This record gives sequence, structure tokens and C-alpha cells, in this order.
Amino acid sequence: MPSTLLNNVQEIPRTETSLLPTVLAAALGLLLLYAAGFSDIAPLHNAAHDGRHSASFPCH
Amino acid sequence: MFKLTTFRALLVAALWTGLLAGLLLTAVQQIQVIPTLLKAEVYEQNAAALSHDAHDSTPQNDWERTAYTAATNISLGVGFALLLGASMTARSRPDNWRVGLLWGLAGYLSFFVAPSLGLPPEVPGTVAAKLQDRQSWWLITVLDTGFGLWLLAFAKTRTNQFFGVALLVAPHLIGAPQPEVPSSTAPAELAQTFITATAFANAVFWLAIGGFMGKFYQKD
Repeated sequence: MPSTLLNNVQEIPRTETSLLPTVLAAALGLLLLYAAGFSDIAPLHNAAHDGRHSASFPCH
Repeated sequence: MFKLTTFRALLVAALWTGLLAGLLLTAVQQIQVIPTLLKAEVYEQNAAALSHDAHDSTPQNDWERTAYTAATNISLGVGFALLLGASMTARSRPDNWRVGLLWGLAGYLSFFVAPSLGLPPEVPGTVAAKLQDRQSWWLITVLDTGFGLWLLAFAKTRTNQFFGVALLVAPHLIGAPQPEVPSSTAPAELAQTFITATAFANAVFWLAIGGFMGKFYQKD
């Protein structure tokens, strides 16, 4: 019966996954760390200079 | 299916954590890290003046410089907090701030202690190996140590735990890139003070990141 089939399909449990938001959050974190810790654009490097030395990021 | 609540909770927790831990680090840095760095910079500038070698990597007045450093610290804080939060989510969100401290300790070991064993924190004016080589070794060491600690803490089998230990030691067996002729314009005791001072400041920073994430991102 089509209606029973439809009901059965709807009953398949859907687990909400937190994989995508987690990956997105991690990517955002990496972007921030790259800008603050690794980027060699001069103004960023100069502004972040002391912070990089303090965090022991390879600086120059 | 995208779970917006997880992302929102993680983002909000990381922003607050980064802000607070970043400001705390900025305060702690004023005790010894920044004074030592400034002293080393005088040696570097004197040496540069002798050799007519201009180096313009430093911002001008004190307030501006401190504000930039605070902004850097907060950015690093938010970035680290996001990575730590993502790792927590992959396992399970923390029960309380004390569990957060353990995560913070793992972050400290991965991002500061392990890379510093091969590439110690440097005062300005230190001659080091090529920047790209050091950045690569730094990145590999951070990743190896992170995965290694994860396996040690969570792996179910002996083999996987052993693999974790192998990951922890591998970067140090390979060895960090070293300069052909190591030298520094600053005296050796200044370099030593800088290592101790940054080791302390980063421990405070990471425990704050872990503790705050444990509090702000704990299970509902």
C-alpha cells in the first residue's frame, strides 16, 4: 500500500549531525590563526609581531 | 542536516573565551614577556645601526603597540577556542570548566610546548633557519602532537595508543630546522628569560581558553 510505504519512510529516524557546523567552526578558527600567526602581509605582520613572538610562532 | 544551534553555541562560546583569554594574556605579557622583548629589540637596533641594516618591523608608540598585541592575542584566542571547541564537539561537550582545563592543557602541549622543544620562543635579533622550513616543521609538530595526544587519551587498543606515542616523538626525531650559524644580537640570558616568560604566559592563556570553553560550551 502506497500510504503505508510513505508512513514507513517518514518513520526513519533522522539524527541531526553536528559535523558540518564543527568543520565550519574549525575552518573559521584556522583562518583567524593564519591571519594572526602566519600571514606575511606587512601590516598584519607588524601589528601581530609581539603576539607572534610571545606565542612562539615562527615570525621572521 | 545543518545544526545551527551547535554552530551558534560554539561561536558565542569561542568569542567570549577568546576575548577574555586574550585580554588576560595581554596583562600577563606585561610582567616579563614584553619587557624582555623590548630589551632584546634595543640590542637588535644597536646592531642594525652599526651595520646600517634597517629593520622596520615594529609599530611606533607604546599604546598603539599594546593595542595591536591585544588584538592579536584576542584573534589567536578566538581561533584556538574554535579549534578546541570543534575537537570537544567531535568527542563530547565538556561537563564543566575542570574538564575544559584538561582540553586546555592538551592545547598548550600541542601548540606551545611541543613546537618550542625544537624551535624555542625567540627574542628579536635571533638568527634562525629559513622561515618557510620553520613554519612547516611547526605545523607538522602541532598536528602530530594533537593527534598523538588524542590517540593516547581516547584510543581503545594498545596498537593505536602506541601509534599516538609515535606521533608525539616523530617530529623531534626528524628534528627542527636549525640555522647554519646560530647567533643572536641579544645576550643568552635574555633569550633564556624569554623562554621561561613565554612558557608561563602561554600556560595561563591555554588554561584560560580551556577553562572558559569548559564553562561557556558545557553540555546543556
